[in-house]
Amino acid sequence: MTEILAVLFISIGSLFLLLGSIGIIRFPDFYARTHAMSKPDTMGLMLTLTGLALLNGWNLTSLKLLLVVLFVAMATSTSTHALGRAALKTGLKPWFKGEDRK
Amino acid sequence: MNLETFLHFIALVLALALLLPFFRVYKGPTLFDRMAGLSVIGSKTIVLLAIVGVVYGRLDMFVDIVIAYSLLNFVGTVAVARYLEARGGKH
Repeated sequence: MTEILAVLFISIGSLFLLLGSIGIIRFPDFYARTHAMSKPDTMGLMLTLTGLALLNGWNLTSLKLLLVVLFVAMATSTSTHALGRAALKTGLKPWFKGEDRK
Repeated sequence: MNLETFLHFIALVLALALLLPFFRVYKGPTLFDRMAGLSVIGSKTIVLLAIVGVVYGRLDMFVDIVIAYSLLNFVGTVAVARYLEARGGKH
């Protein structure tokens, strides 16, 4: 039962990671790409590492994996926000519908 | 399909997901796009390292590498973002 749950978590998580990668090459400008940079990555990494911790059972290694999950849930959004803020402060213009894609 | 074959397949999918952002790092029009690509590559590498640890049966060793890599990825991205913000000017 635990194994089935773990396989489900790992499959869905890696799907999220793959879709995030596709998003980062398909979206039109930097501000849209920050969306593909933070959310699918956080979700996919949380699901995948939780699945691996379930496979591993209850011990110190699983606790460390869950701590990585907790850290990444805060860290990815923070670093994405820092990059987006830096882009806005240095005057990078957002893309609007109808302009050329960069 | 046993568990090891499944994990090999997942590692293959992750390798593909890791290869795609290199296009953005190479082509990206601004520096921020390149940094976004690098950050995405870093977070995919974390998962790939953990899966490689399970496949080799040495997760207790690889999990420390995973912790160090996630810390480095976060600190590196924030440091470059702060630098680019403080430098200002052209991007």
